[in-house]
Amino acid sequence: MLAVQEVSRTFDNGYKAFKPVSFNTDQSEIVGILGTSGCGKSTLLRAIAGLDLGFDGEISFHEQSVRNGTEHTGVVFQEPRLMPWLSVIDNVVFGLKGSKSEKREKGTRLLRAVGLAGTEKLYPRELSGGMAQRAAIARALVTNPQLLLLDEPFSALDAFTKMQLQELLIDLWETNHTSMLIVTHDIDEALFLCDRVLIFRDQPGVLFKDLTINLQRPRERGSLAMAEFKREILQSLDLNHDVHVRSAI
Amino acid sequence: MTQTEVSHSPNKKSPGKKTTSSVNYIRSFAIGLIIPALLLIIWEVASRAGIFPQYLLPAPSAVLSTLVALASSGELWTHVSSTLSRVLIGFFLGTVIAVVLGSFIGFFKPLERLFDPLLQALRSIPSLAWVPLFILWMGIAETSKVTLIAVGVFFPVYLNIVSGIQGVDRKLIEVGKVYNMSTASIITRIVLPASLPSFLVGLRSGLGLGWMFVVAAELMGASEGLGFLLTLGQNTSRPDTILASIILFAILGKATDAILKQLENRSLRWQDRYET
Ligand SMILES: Nc1ncnc2c1ncn2[C@@H]1O[C@H](COP(=O)(O)OP(=O)(O)OP(=O)(O)O)[C@@H](O)[C@H]1O
Ligand SMILES: [Mg+2]
Repeated sequence: MLAVQEVSRTFDNGYKAFKPVSFNTDQSEIVGILGTSGCGKSTLLRAIAGLDLGFDGEISFHEQSVRNGTEHTGVVFQEPRLMPWLSVIDNVVFGLKGSKSEKREKGTRLLRAVGLAGTEKLYPRELSGGMAQRAAIARALVTNPQLLLLDEPFSALDAFTKMQLQELLIDLWETNHTSMLIVTHDIDEALFLCDRVLIFRDQPGVLFKDLTINLQRPRERGSLAMAEFKREILQSLDLNHDVHVRSAI
Repeated sequence: MTQTEVSHSPNKKSPGKKTTSSVNYIRSFAIGLIIPALLLIIWEVASRAGIFPQYLLPAPSAVLSTLVALASSGELWTHVSSTLSRVLIGFFLGTVIAVVLGSFIGFFKPLERLFDPLLQALRSIPSLAWVPLFILWMGIAETSKVTLIAVGVFFPVYLNIVSGIQGVDRKLIEVGKVYNMSTASIITRIVLPASLPSFLVGLRSGLGLGWMFVVAAELMGASEGLGFLLTLGQNTSRPDTILASIILFAILGKATDAILKQLENRSLRWQDRYET
């Protein structure tokens, strides 16, 4: 599936966002990327999305290098990034090719799937933050991506909406089994969603730990087992003292 | 999952609200008419009482009858149509050149470095300074007039297109890249619609300048047109002709601007604007 081999990114100004990282993900796996601010999570995700090809190393998805196109990838950004001049339905089908009626049908179906049925004709300005992010998720899913990349997709939302959308994401996953890579700095979110969490830390970032979350779904928020994982993650993030630890991997 | 939050779509289009807003509109329009109407009445009364001398400031009714006379002799139409066509042709030419140049310069940074200093320098020349040169090059006929108007229209449209294109949110462009769109479709599907508001602002200020420059062009010498009526009124000491011409300018300027404003409202319905 997704193979990241010895990838690092050095910006034009000589700054290194993260040191070479390598990892693989499996089919239908939900992988979280967790880390402190500035350790290069977004940079890594943008490289995988094919939005920033200035990286060193190699990223491939199903044996195809991201440098040769990423048509199987969908992206949800931190902000909805809807086109303000398009209605909700036109936003959702923005990346689709095909006949008008085909698009309309697919778009309507996706809107229903994310709980936005009936909002087709609204403009983005008429949506709440949570509704807009739902529309953005629908837009990312409409092309049936095999890999969905999400960069802190819910960080701008209130706690209640956030939980709803996390559940929505799991619902969608249960029907499609799309592989996902989710950048987050919310440990609870990572524990609720992910099969595996990659923990980054330091600046420039290093991949410090690859943690498998072997919890049954549906997961119960705040369960004891989760609390145990949370403690482990907090310990490895090493938030209290900034001693530089050599990469464990 | 919540189905509830979507069930209440905004009731902006509900008929009740629309009627109140149009009543409000009519009311505010009527309120806006009170002062002008009062002034007109005072002016008329004062003129009739002989407070304003007729040869300097004729009564509104006199101006009106001049207008009616011009209209019934058919002269009015000649003047209006020649002025209007000058403005429209100049506006069209200036806009087209601005769109072509502005799009290229907006999209391609190196071109901006190449062309922008020159255009900024040309812009700082007061456009009326071109008049003698244009007349020398193109004679006093239509060409020089239309060119002058086009020059006036060009700059605001050009500047707004360039800044509109350069101001497009990079984040929206990335959405296009995620879908592997070609540069051409990113331009047509993201950059152009996103810079539309700025373009329309440019159009409206360009049109305003077009009207200003047509007066200048026609004052320089014309055998017909509203600007010609102005000079005629001055040379024949007929303030009523001058006032009639000024009124026509006001009406035409306002009407053409209203058309653009309507176009703007229609194409920018999606915009999140502060509504009063
Ligand atoms: N275009 C760029 N040029 C130079 N440095 C950059 C650029 N983009 C990011 N950086 C730097 O790279 C580092 C990693 O940035 P990145 O946005 O990937 O962090 P992040 O882990 O996503 O942080 P956050 O959790 O705050 O979003 C930061 O120190 C940032 O300053
Ligand atoms: Mg980030």
